[in-house]
Amino acid sequence: MSLPNLETFKNNPYGTETAIDDVLENFEFLDDWEERYSYIIDLGKSLPEFPESEKIEANYVHGCQSQVWLIHMQDPADGKIYLMIDSDAIIVKGLAAVVLCILNAKTASEITNTDVEAIFEQMDLIRHISPTRGNGLRSMIELVKSIASQQ
Amino acid sequence: MALNVNVLREEFPILHQEVNNKPLIYLDSAASSQKPRAVMQAMDHYYETANANVHRGAHTLGDRATQSYEAVRDTVATFINAKSRQEIIWTKGTTEAMNLLASGLSQSWQAGDEVIVSRMEHHANIVPWQMAAERTGAIVKVLEINDKGELRMEQLDELISERTKVIAIGHVSNVLGTINPVKEIIAKAKAKGIVTIIDGAQAVPHFKVDVQDLDCDFYAFSSHKLFGPTGLGVLYGKQARLEALPPYQGGGEMIERVSFEGTTFNKLPYKFEAGTPAIAEVVGLGAAIKYLESQDRSAIEAHEQALLKRAEELAADIPGLRVIGEASNKVPVLSFVMDGLHPSDLGTLLDQQGIGIRTGHHCAMPLMEAFKVPGTARASFAFYNTLEEVEALFAGLAKIQRMFT
Repeated sequence: MSLPNLETFKNNPYGTETAIDDVLENFEFLDDWEERYSYIIDLGKSLPEFPESEKIEANYVHGCQSQVWLIHMQDPADGKIYLMIDSDAIIVKGLAAVVLCILNAKTASEITNTDVEAIFEQMDLIRHISPTRGNGLRSMIELVKSIASQQ
Repeated sequence: MALNVNVLREEFPILHQEVNNKPLIYLDSAASSQKPRAVMQAMDHYYETANANVHRGAHTLGDRATQSYEAVRDTVATFINAKSRQEIIWTKGTTEAMNLLASGLSQSWQAGDEVIVSRMEHHANIVPWQMAAERTGAIVKVLEINDKGELRMEQLDELISERTKVIAIGHVSNVLGTINPVKEIIAKAKAKGIVTIIDGAQAVPHFKVDVQDLDCDFYAFSSHKLFGPTGLGVLYGKQARLEALPPYQGGGEMIERVSFEGTTFNKLPYKFEAGTPAIAEVVGLGAAIKYLESQDRSAIEAHEQALLKRAEELAADIPGLRVIGEASNKVPVLSFVMDGLHPSDLGTLLDQQGIGIRTGHHCAMPLMEAFKVPGTARASFAFYNTLEEVEALFAGLAKIQRMFT
């Protein structure tokens, strides 16, 4: 059982091809909750496949409502950190795609200096990463931040 | 006479608001019920006119506080038909009651003694027994359920042995809504001298409970599920059983005399009530019970059953929806899973439509295991819910299904 290679990590379009600004721009055109959540659902569905072999306790982010898995790899060439995330809940997956747009393929200092909450606030999705929601998203963001701070 | 729900809803101020720009539809009463105005008024009135510590007796406010507080012990005793007010112990909730019992009863256990709980118990009626078993070398045995979510009563005789000390069973399942035949279980246990404990947290909000008729040794429930304040529960125990039980926590109130040579404990019920109690909450619970008793309880039950029936009919019309818990005898609780939809997705998208349900394992992971689901979505109804709200839930679910296709 080995981690996917760096190429697989780099093929994740979120945070590379699709930047958070693209998501924010799209989001602005969506009128009501149905359109906004349909968009998040679509993001969730299009998240790159997460290797089944990596769905192990060590990669499990604890949350009460839904399960989240996270793996990462650093490119030794430029120090950028690459992430892959999965969840059994589609909306959590979609929100994870938003997080990837913000934090994936960034350097450690970029990650630690990014205010994820402010972006979720702007998208009116802040409730999903508030401490009251037990969906693992908040723990996931904290985990990525701690990975970055250890570099 | 049919229940006039719209009139009754006027007494529940919280229900009249919008969430996410939609009228609130609260379908999570099994987690915590909403409170009638009378409860808030009683608590306000207490704080505005009578607040002081109880049982100190040196001044007028203290007397008033003690009087209002102790009067509710009588209200509760009457409410569940206990023999006397000494049999009513205040706790923080059902969970604390179970911990108190597990801690006290297990002090006389030997290694190899046994406790029987059921597969459908809330963690509050599993974990305290596991902890006591760990400490004493006792064994926790499990009464299993059938596919409909009913206890497999035929197993009970096999499970009971010479070593069975306690049978602790939920009156009603918080996940399935199943009403368990506790009277039959209690009779069987009693014949063998086994202590019986009933977790009534999900029962008392829905139907009349008579502890003398049940003949259980202990019965526990929570105020906040019974339209009363949070942080308070009731432990009923037969007087002789309570007398025999060692105190749970030490401190003020629970003592008769303290010296460094030795301390003697207070009489019932105070022996189990260390520290200043939740006085205002007790007063609030009294108001909640009075409110409930002023209603036509059989009309309430009929209305709740109508809500459940409508929910079950509408659930059958949604393709890919599977109801978890199809017992013939249920309170208005509907747990379900839907093909291709995680319960947490359902919860999020219903919330967007103003509808509050519970999702997850509902503190009953062994039960989730039996149904081979990681969690369920659960709509739980109270008498203040309407048929229109039930219909809105299923319209909401249909909308969510469309979003995913």
